[in-house]
Amino acid sequence: MASLTITSTRGDTRTVEGAAGLSVMEIIRKAGFDDLQALCGGSCACATCHVHVHPDDFARVGPPNEDEDDLLDSSNERTPTSRLSCQIPFGPALDGLRVTVAKEG
Amino acid sequence: MPGLPGATTRFDVLIVGAGHAGAHLAMSLRQLGFAGTVALLGDEPDWPYERPPLSKDYLAGAKPFEALLLKEPEYWASKDIATLRGRRVVSVDPAAREVRTSDGAALGYGVLAWCAGGTPRRLPCAGAHLAGVHTVRTRADVDLMRKELATATRVAVVGGGYIGLEAAAVLTEMGKAVTVIEMQDRVLARVAGEPVSRFFEAEHRARGVQMMLDTAVSRIEEHNGRASGVRLGDGTILPADMVVAGIGIVPAVQPLLDAGAAGGNGVEVDACCRTSLPDIYAVGDCAAHRNRFADGGSIRLESVQNAVDQALTAARAITGAPAPYDVVPWFWSNQYDLRLQTVGLSTGHDALVVRGEPAARSFSVIYLRRSAVVALDCVNATRDYVQGKALVAGALVLDPAQLADTAQPLKALAAAAAGRA
Repeated sequence: MASLTITSTRGDTRTVEGAAGLSVMEIIRKAGFDDLQALCGGSCACATCHVHVHPDDFARVGPPNEDEDDLLDSSNERTPTSRLSCQIPFGPALDGLRVTVAKEG
Repeated sequence: MPGLPGATTRFDVLIVGAGHAGAHLAMSLRQLGFAGTVALLGDEPDWPYERPPLSKDYLAGAKPFEALLLKEPEYWASKDIATLRGRRVVSVDPAAREVRTSDGAALGYGVLAWCAGGTPRRLPCAGAHLAGVHTVRTRADVDLMRKELATATRVAVVGGGYIGLEAAAVLTEMGKAVTVIEMQDRVLARVAGEPVSRFFEAEHRARGVQMMLDTAVSRIEEHNGRASGVRLGDGTILPADMVVAGIGIVPAVQPLLDAGAAGGNGVEVDACCRTSLPDIYAVGDCAAHRNRFADGGSIRLESVQNAVDQALTAARAITGAPAPYDVVPWFWSNQYDLRLQTVGLSTGHDALVVRGEPAARSFSVIYLRRSAVVALDCVNATRDYVQGKALVAGALVLDPAQLADTAQPLKALAAAAAGRA
């Protein structure tokens, strides 16, 4: 198990254990954060699982893929460390990852 | 209180239907600070889950059921949302503010929110109820299909809409011999333009799916009490171990109509999701609403987007801060390695522009009505999908030649149009 620290849009922070094999989106959803909508269920078909990766962790996570990059462009909240959490497979290499759920818009 | 004989359990908001619409309505109420009692009633035994994967990853066995849950089971109690699973509402008494459920119980309400979706339309022919004839709407539907797929090798899919084509793609990738039977002269005829239809038709054929267009079904053949094939309009029998009917849904609104709600094909709602009955709302697949993106026409929209955004609209009205529903529709479909993303509604378009080369398996079809952009179907073209939203939202009037020119980003066209306005 590896841990993931999640901050909600309202600023609540919680650290949870994330099972390998799940995406960061699935872990956030399982943890009960309801400000992450993830409407397409992880198909990279919308942009409702947008998170900001902590800048110090971004190198481990890496940049978005091309389609994801385009989808992120639909958000006014995009920052240089924005990712769609459904496109980040979680695992031991990401232990300690910190993400903040992005506001809608 | 529950369990007391003669007493009626009452909730300030009773939500009927626990799909995307009902679940999101419950969540939205709590997010907006609603402090009253809320119950989420659904006719399935499961916790609220996502339906879109049923015809995709879940049918393929690529995702376990737990991955489809909208929330962990304990979430609902943590938000003080009562979940009443495995129960169906059979009648509504708006004067008494009470519903009756299939198990004979009475439930009272302050506000009733009808999010019951629909039931799959049955094939209108003999043999439609035979074992081996399936629909794709619930987890139970797909679990049964998966069980039978252990031995079935030939599958006939009746209906070339999204559900039928998604199922055909998954079944083909599982190694089944699949035939799609479509009454009209092209697949996706009701929802997409001809270039999109022909593209998907060719993709399915290229993977070995037999595509039968302009083809009617006259009956489902039977052998030993099970479906054994499909008899076509011309009398030909197509042998099949499994038949999948993907011919749409019938909105589940009869109890509301019986109670006097205005409607027919769905229940009519106003811009804040209110039905014609006092304190009764309707949301999602079953709600017939006037939609700006359908040229102001009254439509039902069967999509996650509509369910979730109408849920928020109803929650706002219920909590005393009504704001009319006005959201650009969007939708997606996955088949094989193809991702179709739709923004807007193409129904009623009078012209279309193909942007990019379908042969390159990445292109968009842009739909126009009275010269204004009303929708885009984007196949493996996420950038057009994202940038096209502004074209639809603003109903921008753009030159078809420019729309077709892939060297010009849609974003640039939108910016130029805004500059002219």
